[in-house]
Amino acid sequence: MSDEADLSRRHFLTVATSVVGGVGVVLTAVPFVASFRPSARAQAMGGPVEVDIGKLEDGAMVRVVWRGRPVWILRRTKDMVGRIEAEPPSLLKDPDSAESEQPDYTRNPLRAIKPDILVVVGVCTHLGCAPIERFDVAPPDLGPDWKGGFYCPCHGSRFDMAGRVMVGSPAPTNLPIPPYRFVGDNMIIIGDDTGAKA
Amino acid sequence: MSAARSGATASQGRCARLIDWVDERFPLTAMIKEHATEYYAAKNFNAWYVFGVLAIVVLVIQLVTGIFLTMNYKPSATEAFASVEYIMRDVQWGWLIRYMHSTGASAFFIVVYLHMFRALLYGSYKNPRELLWLIGMVIYLALMAEAFMGYLLPWGQMSYWGAQVIVSLFGAIPGVGADLVEWIRGDYFISDITLNRFFALHVAAVPLALVLLVVMHILALHETGSLNPDGIEIKERKDSRGIPLDGVAFHPYYTAKDLVAIVIFFALFAAVVFFAPEMGGYFLEHANFEPANMLKTPEHIAPVWYFTPFYAILRSVPSKGWGAFLMMMAIVLLFFLPWLDRCRVKSIRYRGWTYKLALAVFIVSFVALGYLGLQPATELVYVYAARFFAALYFLFFLLMPLYTSAEKTRPVPERVVYDASH
Repeated sequence: MSDEADLSRRHFLTVATSVVGGVGVVLTAVPFVASFRPSARAQAMGGPVEVDIGKLEDGAMVRVVWRGRPVWILRRTKDMVGRIEAEPPSLLKDPDSAESEQPDYTRNPLRAIKPDILVVVGVCTHLGCAPIERFDVAPPDLGPDWKGGFYCPCHGSRFDMAGRVMVGSPAPTNLPIPPYRFVGDNMIIIGDDTGAKA
Repeated sequence: MSAARSGATASQGRCARLIDWVDERFPLTAMIKEHATEYYAAKNFNAWYVFGVLAIVVLVIQLVTGIFLTMNYKPSATEAFASVEYIMRDVQWGWLIRYMHSTGASAFFIVVYLHMFRALLYGSYKNPRELLWLIGMVIYLALMAEAFMGYLLPWGQMSYWGAQVIVSLFGAIPGVGADLVEWIRGDYFISDITLNRFFALHVAAVPLALVLLVVMHILALHETGSLNPDGIEIKERKDSRGIPLDGVAFHPYYTAKDLVAIVIFFALFAAVVFFAPEMGGYFLEHANFEPANMLKTPEHIAPVWYFTPFYAILRSVPSKGWGAFLMMMAIVLLFFLPWLDRCRVKSIRYRGWTYKLALAVFIVSFVALGYLGLQPATELVYVYAARFFAALYFLFFLLMPLYTSAEKTRPVPERVVYDASH
């Protein structure tokens, strides 16, 4: 046996040890990284929510919480529906909701299963603030072009009565529509849409 | 050698013998010499050179007060807000400890911003101090993460909605954005789970990283040596004993000088803690005196003042993805400063008018953006002003290779001077 070190053997062992050790570190990191994801309890708490809208009057809105997000249920008046249908698409960023988060069964101009009932997540698609309802037409602070809708006080995003975002707003897409379905005429289940259709 | 040493120490006191005993087992004297009594800094430091030491003082304040706050704070969505009120009302001197911590957060950024401005004035980021600057920038990032996560802990309205806005910024990253946001929150919204993990990161992970980074920052500084208002390398001219001709020992000369700055700092700090801990809503925002309510956004969301320059850039762009990207770039560009600046002269004393003008424009833009970031988003005038100053902010960096390589500089003196006006 010679006293001289076998450098290529040493190099091989260094690389092999580093690779095996590196794989070990990465695999050990998996449980720690994965522990940051929603826990089983958090997932269970995100289950569906039932809402009775029998007592909701025309033009009134009710707020419920689903997965920690405010979900708004608004019974639109004939007048409000008319203003949505008369809205020129050129004022809207995504008039057909092609880029926006919503179930297929709400892919219509009113973004709803029933024309008068709007179910929408009340979280601005810009940075997650809660827009406020401003159903008044042409108020002094929002200007003469305002036809009623939702206004985000954080960064000034504007949405119409179907939650569609106006051109010139920082929000990129329309307010999201959660999955939902009707049970009978007055019961809505949010978070469950088995068999739902417009 | 060992016999000679024991012979010499025999005549000395017990204390010296103890130090000898330690030195044979731990390099105590060697470290004190290397980093204090035989660390030579230029003799012409001005007041701009106190902010590094002050940053360490604030770090210590934050560590000590923070440890005492954790003894009474409860990181849970149902108890957090009440436990902060408990600290304020019922814990003996709790109000003082908490106000020191909340004022310390703002003081940290004031001191760090002035420290960074000093680097811009005298070229402290230039060759051979690029790594020193980069480590400092990582400290700044860690500090922003620390401040952001700490702000969620009182679980007030602004805590909650500020976190909501900042966390959702990660959603702008194409492809992985939505999953990443869920991963950071650990839930489908900012919840108890998010609060609990932010607490862990705020009190353990980030402070550990910060302390380690500060040690690295000081080691890197002592490797290259401190620069000075003339931007001259004092190591280039040494006396026969190898000591820089323009250098004085850090201890006792600068420790004594820094002590004056520390006393003035404590006077100002105490004035804020005792007489204006909320600082008119700038250090502690009014909306945060209301418990977090996930269904109600405050009328006007603004981050604490030290983030507002970047927040103004984010808001000025009418696109979420580009706004988040430009805000990130506003910080990333600072990392590249040592390579963007092509001028060989370090100190502003001998640099041309182009850099002086650019730096002045940059500082005005930064302050203006900071002001605009505090204003409501409804005024169109503010949006256009923010765009204007954001453009100037970026031009400072992007045009830097041009205006610094053509710069007409003045001759740099061979030895440091106290007054560069003639």
